[in-house]
This record gives sequence, C-alpha cells and structure tokens, in this order.
Amino acid sequence: MDKMPKWADVILIPLISVVLALLASGAVVAFIGESPFEAMRIMIDGAFGSAYGWGYTLFYTTNFIFTGLAVAVAFHARLFNIGGEGQAALGGLGVAMMALYIPWPHWSLALIGCTIAAALFGAAWAAIPAYLQAKRGSHIVITTIMFNFIASALLVYLLVNVFRVEGSMAPETARFAEGTHLPSASTFAGFLGFRPSTPLNVSFFVALAACVAVWLLIWRTRLGYEIRAFGHSETAAVYAGISPVKITMIAMLISGALAGMMAINSVQGEAERLVIDYVQGAGFVGIAVALMGRSHPVGVLLAALLFGALYQGGAELEFEMPAISREMIVVIQALVILFTGALDNMVRMPMEKLFLSLRPRSE
Amino acid sequence: MDFITILQLLDSSIRLATPLLLACLAGLFSERAGIFDIGLEGKMLAAAFFSAAIAFTSGSVWVGLLTGVAASVALSGLHGLASITFRGNQLISGVAINFLAAGMTVVIAQTWFSQGGRTPALTGDARFEEIVLPGAASRIRDIAQQSPLGQIYSELISGHSILVYISLLIVPLSWWVLYRTRFGLRLRAVGENPAAVDTAGISVVGLRYAAVIICGVLCGLAGAYLATGLSAGFVKDMSAGRGFIALAALIFAKWRPWHALGACFLFGFLDAAGNRFQNIELLTFLSLTFLLLAAVSAIMLVIRAIMLARGKDTARGLLTPGIALVVSVGLALGLDALDPEAGGIATYLNTFVLPVQFMQALPYILVVVILAGLVGKAIPPRAGGEPYVKER
Repeated sequence: MDKMPKWADVILIPLISVVLALLASGAVVAFIGESPFEAMRIMIDGAFGSAYGWGYTLFYTTNFIFTGLAVAVAFHARLFNIGGEGQAALGGLGVAMMALYIPWPHWSLALIGCTIAAALFGAAWAAIPAYLQAKRGSHIVITTIMFNFIASALLVYLLVNVFRVEGSMAPETARFAEGTHLPSASTFAGFLGFRPSTPLNVSFFVALAACVAVWLLIWRTRLGYEIRAFGHSETAAVYAGISPVKITMIAMLISGALAGMMAINSVQGEAERLVIDYVQGAGFVGIAVALMGRSHPVGVLLAALLFGALYQGGAELEFEMPAISREMIVVIQALVILFTGALDNMVRMPMEKLFLSLRPRSE
Repeated sequence: MDFITILQLLDSSIRLATPLLLACLAGLFSERAGIFDIGLEGKMLAAAFFSAAIAFTSGSVWVGLLTGVAASVALSGLHGLASITFRGNQLISGVAINFLAAGMTVVIAQTWFSQGGRTPALTGDARFEEIVLPGAASRIRDIAQQSPLGQIYSELISGHSILVYISLLIVPLSWWVLYRTRFGLRLRAVGENPAAVDTAGISVVGLRYAAVIICGVLCGLAGAYLATGLSAGFVKDMSAGRGFIALAALIFAKWRPWHALGACFLFGFLDAAGNRFQNIELLTFLSLTFLLLAAVSAIMLVIRAIMLARGKDTARGLLTPGIALVVSVGLALGLDALDPEAGGIATYLNTFVLPVQFMQALPYILVVVILAGLVGKAIPPRAGGEPYVKER
C-alpha cells in the first residue's frame, strides 16, 4: 500500500520543494541587501504584466519545454543527459545549414525541414556519449559534459572560419532568407496585443505537440514501456528480453533530438541566423525543468513556464535592480534542482509520516 | 624544439596539473567512501571566488585560503546532507552544487565589487608568490646560461607557489592514509561494502561524512590555487571544466593516488601545450603526440619492470609498453626526418595548421577517449553512488 495518496506525491511534494527553493532564493536576495518581495514583484510584473512580457516568457518556455523533455525522456531510462547544451548547439547548426543552403518556398515547409535537421544534428551529438555508455560503460554524465565543451569549440570554429559573412567581424551566419522566417505571435495572435517584435513564434505549438508526443511515447507505446522498465530495473528489463544497448541508444537519441529542436525556436524563429552561444544555458535549465516536472510532459510544461517567467522576470530584475546580476537565475535554478531533486527526501520523509499518522486505523 | 622550451612546457604542465591533482585527490577520498561527486567543479569555483575575494579585502592570501576552503567544505556538507542523510541522488546533488556555485559566485562578486562578476586583481601578499628555492635562478636570461641540470632545477623544480609543493606532498600522504591507516581501511571498506563496516560497529554515516569533508578541504585548496596562485583574481566560470577533467583523471587512475598524479600531469601537459601552441602545424602536433606517447610508455615500462623485479608481474607485461615505446619513438623520428619542402604528404602535414579551437578542446576530447576505455577497464568502488540504508 502506498504511504501517501497520489496527489500528494505528484503535486504537493514538488510544490513544497519549489516553495522552499524560492524561499532560499529570497534569502539570497536579502543577503545581497535588496528586498525579496520587491524583487518578486518586479519579476512577476516583468514576466506576466504585459503582452511584451508574455511574449518573452512563452518564448523562453518553448526553449525549456524542448530541453526539459529531452532530460525527462533520458531520465525515464535512468540516464542523466547533461549534454542538452551541446546537443542544442548542434541543432542550431543543423537549422542554419538547412535554412541557408535550401531555398525554401514557404515557412511551413522550412519549419518541417529545419525541425528534422535540428533533431538529427542533436541526436547525432548525443549518439556518441550514448554509444560509449551502452557499449563501454563510460560515465554518461561526464561524457555529455565533455561534449558540451567540444560542441562549443566546434561552433566557434565553424562560425569564425566557415559561416562568417565576408567582411563582417561578428562570428555568426548570414541572415536566413525570407522563406524560412516563422510567423511571430503578432500574426497569429495579434489580437492579444503581441507586437511584431515579439520573439514568440509558431514553434511554441511544435513544443506543445512534442509534449503530447512524448506522453504518447512513454505511456502508450511498447518502446516507452521498455524505456520505463529499463529505468526501473536494468536487471529485470534484461530478464524480460529488453536490450540495454538498444534502449540506452534510443532514449539518448530521442533526448538529443528534443534538445536540438530548441533551435527552431531560437535560431529559426527568433534570431533568424546562428549566433555564437545561442543556447545560453537553456540546456542546463532543462535539468531543473525535468526534475521539477517529475519527468512528466504536463509537469515539464508547467515547470518550463515557471522558468520562462523566471528568465524574463530576471531580465527585468537586472534592469530595475542593478545590484542583482543575471546569474541570480542560475542560483534559483540550482536551488530548484537541489530541493526537488537531491533533497527530495527531506520533504518526503516528514510528509510520509504525516500521512501515515492521519490515516484512519483499520484493524 | 630546444631543451629550455620543453622545460618551460613541463613547468607550466606542473602549474596547470596542480588544481587538477588536488581536485582529483578530493574526488578520490569521496568516491572511495562510496559518494560520487560531480560537484568538484562547483566547489573549486566557490573556493576560487571566496579565496580571491577575502584575500583582496583582508590583504592576506592565507586568510583568503581559509575562507575558500571553508566555502568548499560548506558545499561538501550540503552534498553530504543530500546524499548521506537524506539519501538523495548524488549526481543530481552534484549538478545542483555546480550551478549553485556558478551562480552564487557571480551574484556575490557583482554585489561586492561591481566589476561584472570578477574580483579586483590581486597583488602582493594577497597572492601566493612563487618560491625561489636556494641556489636557483629566477630570471629567464640567467636560467638560459645554466647547465642542463641547473636549468631543470631552476625552471622546473624551483619557482612554484607553496600550494604546488603541498599538493605534491598530499599524494604520498593520501596513499599513506588510505592504505596504511585504520581510518583508510575503513574508508575504502565503506565504499565497497558499507553493510560489513556497519556490522563491525563502525558508523557508515560518520565515515562518509569524514570523506566528504576531506574532499571539501582538497577542493578548497584547488580552487584557492586557481584564483590566488595560477591567476591573480577570480573571473566568472574560471574552473572551466577542471572538476570534470579531474573526475576523468580519477577514472583513468582507477581511484589510486599515485596514478592520479600521472593522469593529472598528462592533462596539465595537454593544457600547457594548448596554451603554448595556439596555431600548431599538424606535423609538429603529431611529433609531440608521439613523443608524449613515448614518454608514457617509457614510464609504464619502468613501472612494469619494477613490478617484475618484485615478482608481482610476468615478463609478458613488459611487451605492450615496450612495443608502444619502440613504435612511438620510431614514428616521432620518422616524422622528424620528413622534408617539409619535398612536396606530397610532408608538405601537407607541415602547412596544415590545426585550429586553435581544436587545441582548446583537446583535453575534453582526451577525457572522452579515456572514458571510452582505451586504457583498460576501470572498476569503480562497488557501493559508489548508492545511499546506505541501515537495517532495522
């Protein structure tokens, strides 16, 4: 029999953990000498107070849905993919090549082409660490981190030496052609007050579709069952005839593909060219998002929205309170990972005791 | 390449290997006790910041060092709390600590110094000065006029900060603690079979906390050296993946102190070579690689020979390093004999310049190659990563 009702496990405990993380973040703000309540107000206002704020919040959310789902799928196979950063960077490369070298007639076709390229490149970058984990037992956490560094060096090289526009100093590709430009929120949701400059674009819907797809994959397909079985117990999975090599490879390829797909939002949708270090930590945010969302697409969606708001609100905060640096977001992210991931039992143990004592005795 | 260039390269290899070595030994204690620590990176970074910040404000590098170590130990305590007391996931805890340090250092640096997340440059007593050993020359011009032995003494052995010498002393000390004391025996046992240790009436929790604290102290030294010895002040993300490279070195060394020294020196050498040869021709790169391979196989050969003499190894053990030595020396000499003007492959090798980004990524690539197991199977401590649940 479960020690706790399901709703407590799925909603209450993550909620308490996030509240603890936010309280700790508030303590950090107070330590710096600023008012945490004022900071909170600025952040909420900056993230949700205007169509401008919503546009950026949902834009960041789109990124974090992709990277969060990436980490979540790997988590289901008990693989810890910290390489979202590098896989997303390679996804950007895929999008850039697709958008630059093919004359797309219409954005919808370009979106399909670029999504495939982003997913393929992201998956390819995850493939080597996955293979090494599956075949050689190399620690996937360390190899994926190394691949982040290698990806960053590779992209610097390519942007400086291969893709840079003649005569330009900036290490970035040329602007993509008109045919690849994704409609921004002002065209399909202009009635909500989004302006043409908003970064929010149609890839938001691709992200939502990805949530549904991941849910279907994990809970409604045979492969998803195998992934979960492998994640619960490798020995039991092997006994049931599930190949560890196959599941490790497939889970990591899907994970890398999802991380890479972040590029359609940031590279194709917003920047419309590939700039250096465009990922800006979104791959790492995915870890916090997946942990907080309990690796479930709905949870990932909500957690991504929270982090989207934190990112946008944090940008406003930096503007209004110069004493607080932008890295405050990294601190909040770290505390969320700490409380929802590592210190999970700190909340869970007392809650279990509480629910046990509340349970009516039945002899 | 002349003798003094090689010496300078080795000299900076020692400097760059020191933070890796300290972090690697830190990970050694933690992982030998069964606590995986991905958070070496974050602890180094936190120590680097606090040592530089406090050294700057107090004017004394020793006060800074103590504060840096304290910060690192505090993060270690957090890791212990999460992974020992609350039996959480050790990987996740380590990742959280890395982010916490990456964010906190910049946030606090911005608040204290308002210099875009860095500390002001350290001078004078706020830094670890280079120690010139008695009888050693310190100026390059003087060194160049010495005999080769004198050059080795002045350039390679003398002229490091105190932390470099301390870290080299910590290697035998770690070996002694782990293999020659009761505490070390118990520490290793708790990483292999905590239940057995518990049955013997020894506290698993206490031992693991002790290991985690030692790890914090060593990471603190590593971070402090980074900010107050190797450079003069803290800059954002200055650990640059060294914590992860140290972990790879630890696996390479198969969790043994002396081997850790060798592994870290190898990575230090790569780092030094990457710094020195920003744009290197493929020919030079290959020659250097083969020379390095030759050096490594020579060392392996000596180790095997010593083991053979002690009767711990068979003569067949000499075969692999022996062949590797002959082949790599042969290839290095062969490349050297190539005439770059002769056209064909030789000219190509000599004109193809490796991109600087490749040289910078080289240590990370080597980590992957090592983890891919090209160096044999590495078996981690058996109970590593598993929280211990006491039987009731």
